[in-house]
Amino acid sequence: MSTELLPGRRRFTLTSVLADLALLAWFTFALFPILWMVLLALKTSAEQTSTYFAFSPTLENFGTVLSARGTELTSVDFTSTLITSVVSCVGAVLVSLIIGVPAAYAAGRWKYRGSNDVMFTILSFRFAPELMVVVPLFVIYHQIGLFDTRVGLIWVLQLVTMPLVVWILRSYFQDLPEDLEQAALLDGYTRRRTFLTVALPLVRPGIAAAALLAFIFAWNNYVFALILTGNEANTVTVAITKFLGGGGQAYYNLTAAAAVIAALPPLILALTIQRYLVRGLSFGAVKA
Amino acid sequence: MSTTVTGRTHEPAPVQEEPERPPSVPAWRRKARPYVLSIPAVLIIAGILYPFFLGAYYGVLNYSAINPEPIFVGLENFARVLTDSQFWGSVRVTLVFAVVATGAEMVLGVGVALLLNRASRVGRIFERVLILPLMVAPVIAGVIWGLMYNPQFGVLNYVFGLGSTFNWLSTDLALWSVILVDIWIFTPFVAILVLAGIRSLPRDPFEASEVDGASWFYTFRRLTLPMIWPYILVAVIFRFMDCLKIFDHIYVLTAGGPGAATRTLQIGAYEDSIINLNYSLGSTYMFLLWILVFITARYLVSVLGKAQRRAAGAEG
Repeated sequence: MSTELLPGRRRFTLTSVLADLALLAWFTFALFPILWMVLLALKTSAEQTSTYFAFSPTLENFGTVLSARGTELTSVDFTSTLITSVVSCVGAVLVSLIIGVPAAYAAGRWKYRGSNDVMFTILSFRFAPELMVVVPLFVIYHQIGLFDTRVGLIWVLQLVTMPLVVWILRSYFQDLPEDLEQAALLDGYTRRRTFLTVALPLVRPGIAAAALLAFIFAWNNYVFALILTGNEANTVTVAITKFLGGGGQAYYNLTAAAAVIAALPPLILALTIQRYLVRGLSFGAVKA
Repeated sequence: MSTTVTGRTHEPAPVQEEPERPPSVPAWRRKARPYVLSIPAVLIIAGILYPFFLGAYYGVLNYSAINPEPIFVGLENFARVLTDSQFWGSVRVTLVFAVVATGAEMVLGVGVALLLNRASRVGRIFERVLILPLMVAPVIAGVIWGLMYNPQFGVLNYVFGLGSTFNWLSTDLALWSVILVDIWIFTPFVAILVLAGIRSLPRDPFEASEVDGASWFYTFRRLTLPMIWPYILVAVIFRFMDCLKIFDHIYVLTAGGPGAATRTLQIGAYEDSIINLNYSLGSTYMFLLWILVFITARYLVSVLGKAQRRAAGAEG
């Protein structure tokens, strides 16, 4: 029945039961790995490979990976990688905001020669194969001493954060009725004051969404830190893969605990900006 | 709340006269304003484009860690790579991965979006957590799935009763197993975009088709699908382009193996340039991948433009 394509109509028929079952099947598949990660994180080392669902849960692993004992066992200093991730991702987002907001405003408000070239070059960063840039940077960073530093990470993370910030905010500035700013200009405001007191406050949700989404994708990035850091400035994503490497006893439960800790910030942030996700994920191409 | 796809309704206004400007702001300053605002961004762009062009330049050198003073070798690297069966193997793996993963994610994503659009009680609960797999870092997804795939203690073999010998990451199966992980991560992305699209559709045509007694499938094929096509295309562009440069979860799960079964182009380039430290060879790989990405992007964007114009025309 075509009613199923309409929002808001419900019927308790065979089709609706089947549809709910299909949804249940999908979400079992989608949520099981996350549930499994949490379960593994709650197991002791003795139980990590010997049992599937029946075990006595413990929160000990979370304390272990964050303490010196975890470093001793796995030779991964997870706490310091957490700090590196926070510092480099927050830094990268701030740089992108400071540089990207004016550019987004210019591109959203005026059509000037070269504006499309600038915008599409920025967008192309999102789609360019990372190694095309990272391999030369690997050589350059070694020469100028940025290898294995947080500053180096902030620089290269612009590839992730800049396109998001600029494209999302451009779409927000475009949606802003120009009349508001014209009115302020007529009242004798300067263009700068109009921007700061009229335009900027109105796109605040857009700025928040863009900043949080940029943070999430910077946080989840792997390839930059994998190649451009050694032991000093590893990020959480690199650290998690190191838990598994190396000889000796494998601590899958500690790996899972670290994975849970590393996955929490993006998950929480994503749930807080759910309203703006569609627009953000599509770089402003789809406005919901 | 209405939904639009850009390019249809909003175009930036041309630089125009501002009303009653203070005399202290001369015309040239107003003309220069957008350029001044863009300068920092252009500097960042230059900082990213420099290594990009340097990488392209490596392609015509014989630069590696054991040969730190490279000389110009012309197209030697390209000749070597283009006649290398391993390179073409990587091209094949990359294309199979991109086509199968993107295709499956579109079908499943549209399916999940249609089911969620019914707004049943079950659906409303699930919609809140739809985003979760997408927000877990692909590397973490790779680690979790690696533990689940493990033949000895992996939960999948236990749940499906496959014993301890069935290997999800064997030569024959590895590519399909990493595609499954990609589907797990990115189907929600498609579902979220398409669901937003469906919710923005006008109700009248659907009510008309119901009055006419059209079947569900007919309505879907003739009405829903054409109307949400621009949204699906946006999703295809993002997914297909990302699949061409796929790295994270494959590298964690298989590192390109067994043999070269999951050696995509970016993993090949990583092996050549970072593990074997042959920067020129790796850059050649990347340059060829970049050309592939560039051509695909141009094609997909032009298809999207046409679809958007058609949808705009159809909706009046």
